[in-house]
Amino acid sequence: MILEVKELTVRNGDFEVADLSFEIAAGECVALMGPSGCGKTTVVEVICGVRDGQVSGMIFLDGSPITGLLPGERGIGWVPQDLLLFPAMTVQGHLELGPSARGWGRNQIEERVEELAQALGLENLLKRLPGELSGGEARRVALGRALAARPQLLCLDEALTGLDEKTHCDVLELIKTMIKKEGVAALQVTHSRQEADELADRVVKMIP
Amino acid sequence: MPAEKKNRVWRVRPEWPFLLFLLSLVAAYLSLVILMVGANVFAASWDSLPQTLVNEEIQSAIGLSFRTSLATALLSVLVAVPVGYFMSRFEFRGKALLDSLIDVPVLLPPLTVGLSLLLIFNQLSLSTTLGILAMGFVISFFGTWVGKAPRQVVVFFGLVTVVLTLGAFWWLDKEMTAEVALGEAGVPVTFRPIAVVLAQFPVAAAFAIRMMRTHFDEINPRLESVAMTLGCHRGMIFRQVILPISGRAVLAAGTMAWARALGEFGPILVFAGATRGRTEVLSTSVYLELTIGNISGAAALSLLMIVLAVSAIFATRLLIGKGGRG
Repeated sequence: MILEVKELTVRNGDFEVADLSFEIAAGECVALMGPSGCGKTTVVEVICGVRDGQVSGMIFLDGSPITGLLPGERGIGWVPQDLLLFPAMTVQGHLELGPSARGWGRNQIEERVEELAQALGLENLLKRLPGELSGGEARRVALGRALAARPQLLCLDEALTGLDEKTHCDVLELIKTMIKKEGVAALQVTHSRQEADELADRVVKMIP
Repeated sequence: MPAEKKNRVWRVRPEWPFLLFLLSLVAAYLSLVILMVGANVFAASWDSLPQTLVNEEIQSAIGLSFRTSLATALLSVLVAVPVGYFMSRFEFRGKALLDSLIDVPVLLPPLTVGLSLLLIFNQLSLSTTLGILAMGFVISFFGTWVGKAPRQVVVFFGLVTVVLTLGAFWWLDKEMTAEVALGEAGVPVTFRPIAVVLAQFPVAAAFAIRMMRTHFDEINPRLESVAMTLGCHRGMIFRQVILPISGRAVLAAGTMAWARALGEFGPILVFAGATRGRTEVLSTSVYLELTIGNISGAAALSLLMIVLAVSAIFATRLLIGKGGRG
């Protein structure tokens, strides 16, 4: 198993996600579904290591516990719901940041950026800033940024929400292609059954 | 339902009383500012203005005002950016106390700031002060090295800092040669141009820190969370994500610090003195002109300070408004 979540409980004030367990196999895409406010985003952010709060239970990535590790030590790529692109960084900078932070060599980084830009159709946008991108383009950049350093797990938080029909289809196809091409396991957060059916191999339902 | 009620328009209370209230307060405040500027315009003797401005001592004061306020603004920004970021992003015990301490220079009476500096630096010679600064460089080298920056970057950063600091010292105080700075242990810091910068710094830096902290508070901390998942350490995030979007805030904080430094008076008078041609700056010139009864000269200098400050702040606002990134 790539990801094993065992009896995960998260408390933050009055809010609580209790006793959640699920697994994701290598290359598998699992949708974490549930109504708004049930804590899907909280679970993903706890898995990525970016959410504070009282957390109990265990999370294993490729067999090793990651609960006490820093976000950067986990090897998880995260595409947040609001994308959170860096306002003053070019598209190229976004694709280079992960590999550069992991200490890759200059040539390796250039090759990876070229490969991702081609796969995501970003070749002509490399010098642009986030403010100059459309919604679909911004999602492709966020996906590329998360995948650049070849993570073991990709977490997509409502990656298709708020897109028009055509862009929705384009981004969906692209995500499917990238997950397959990169051979990465994925955890997709969604409140839409349709989106879960379109992208995921299996659904984990959260009940509030 | 009666016919006349069908077409009834829902009535809301008129807005003009509230607008009148706002406008009257705006007008009252602006009138005070305009009257203050106007008072200087009318008091200044326009015939003697060119004479005042070409006066060698006044020109020296203008020059020193520029050099010291610019140095103070740069120093304030250098301190305000990391301190503001630290106060914005880290939670620790005693933070509220530290936060209050940062504002102490603003809250203290200006004379107390000057007196405190006098009490500290009267005991320190120039060579000791330079020694403390050198120690600061060593610590910053160490900090950069610990931050895993490449060796070339550490060396480059170190050399640039040393050259800039020594250059700034010489720029501020032409009399301060290496022999004076390092050779004579007894040469005091007080009553030299460098003391003007030290007197301007506490209040200017406190304002700059407050502005930078507000700016960092407004940046979504989740941006940093994303960068952390990519493997970036805090230093890298600060350099690559936070600083590039902070250009305008740095410029605004620098301008505020510069304007504060230009208008500083109390601490300068106590700590650096108002020796004509040596530690006299524009604010102390106004005071010196007043003490010899030259009201029109004092008003002309005040007017010059107003024009300088307003032009700089206006130009910065334009620059920030047009600004590209950050």
